[in-house]
Amino acid sequence: MPEDIQLVRLSVTVNGKRHTLEVEPRLLLVELLRNGLNLTGTHVGCDTTYCGACTVLLNGAAVKSCTVFGVQADGAEVLTVEGLEKEGKLHPLQEAFAEHHGLQCGYCTPGMLMSSLQLLSKNPRPTQKEIRKAISGNCCRCTGYQNILKAIRAAAEEMAS
Amino acid sequence: MYPRPFHYHRAGSLQEAVTMLGQAGDEARLLAGGQSLIPLMKLRLASVAHLIDLNFIGGLSYTKEEDGVIRFGALTRHAEIEESALAQEVPILYDCAAGIADIQVRNRGTLGGSLAEADPSGDWAPCLLTLSTDVICLGPQGERTVPLAEFITDAYTTVLGPAELVREVVVRRPPPKSGGAYLALKRAAPVYATASAAVQFTLADHDTCLDAGIALGAIGLTPIKATAAEAELRGKQVTDKTFEAAAEAAMAAADPQSDKRGSAAYKRALVGVLVRRAAEIALRRARGEKMEAGHIYA
Repeated sequence: MPEDIQLVRLSVTVNGKRHTLEVEPRLLLVELLRNGLNLTGTHVGCDTTYCGACTVLLNGAAVKSCTVFGVQADGAEVLTVEGLEKEGKLHPLQEAFAEHHGLQCGYCTPGMLMSSLQLLSKNPRPTQKEIRKAISGNCCRCTGYQNILKAIRAAAEEMAS
Repeated sequence: MYPRPFHYHRAGSLQEAVTMLGQAGDEARLLAGGQSLIPLMKLRLASVAHLIDLNFIGGLSYTKEEDGVIRFGALTRHAEIEESALAQEVPILYDCAAGIADIQVRNRGTLGGSLAEADPSGDWAPCLLTLSTDVICLGPQGERTVPLAEFITDAYTTVLGPAELVREVVVRRPPPKSGGAYLALKRAAPVYATASAAVQFTLADHDTCLDAGIALGAIGLTPIKATAAEAELRGKQVTDKTFEAAAEAAMAAADPQSDKRGSAAYKRALVGVLVRRAAEIALRRARGEKMEAGHIYA
């Protein structure tokens, strides 16, 4: 790094815990999470804003964390897949993905879960079409979409009941 | 992948961003949604020495309407337009906003950024070219209003000066008995369209077309306002035959290049189909029917 690039001091709340860090401006949010905070549940897939494996919630909105700089999360709340489990109990979405075989290799799963979570937080009873649209920015390279759709639908029913 | 190292500046106002742009020189860029700029920086297709972040300014993500004039702020995100009541009332806006890439990109990407980037495959420019749209620019000499039709001059090129930015996008609400549709065909959600077409018209009595706007996207170096196609509709009774004539004229106006999305001949044929379909949907909407339209997948 050229010496004259100033590091940026930022505060970010990740999964309810506040962190203060000094980062290089070009550090991507996904690398801040994975390397800076050791939260490796968020995956890097394509690294080009296509596959959605790196999806996290930034102030409640699903974003591809490979396409957001860490400095942009200053003052924000970030939720990653590690934040879904509460006191040893899996989130209903995680339960449903396990129950309905919503994953094969599991690489896309963290991103799928976070996109699904944004959907259900805004639209608790989505139609099949709305579910498909909500995960259209998440690629499953095992092409296990049918079971992912079943899992999201089951989680929606569980969470709405 | 990392971009080259850059200096990060956080603008406190758009005016300050203009000053920062002026001071930082050629290799300065504004960061709005970043959904095109950040990948370009990571792929080292864009070399940015100074990145000026607009996202901490606040109050720039609005959609408001007064006396039939719709105003979008510099940082209004695609998803905000998609979810707005306004987009339900002017369905061509919904078609476009709700179909851009995927929800992750729509949560970040902005209308102002999309127009300023002027990617030949961008969705907003062809959509808004069929409405009466102005771009309000802010620069060192103050504000100026540029009609959208004059704003984009070439691929990735606009009339914006080196220290000028998009402050607001202003769209006139179409009059009653209007209808429009934006259709784009693409391989998958996160990619740009192979081709897109926007059709907007206003009906008079007996299905006579009072006014028409037709524009094409991803089918030339800039979005194309298909004026000859518009002339095939304006003042005429809308029938399958006039739609066919408009589609033919739009195909003639297209300037496609063969690439991995399809051959030039395929894209030209696609434009004809998209214009015809968009016109049919626009007609039904102008008659008050609710219809879904937007991005379709091959």
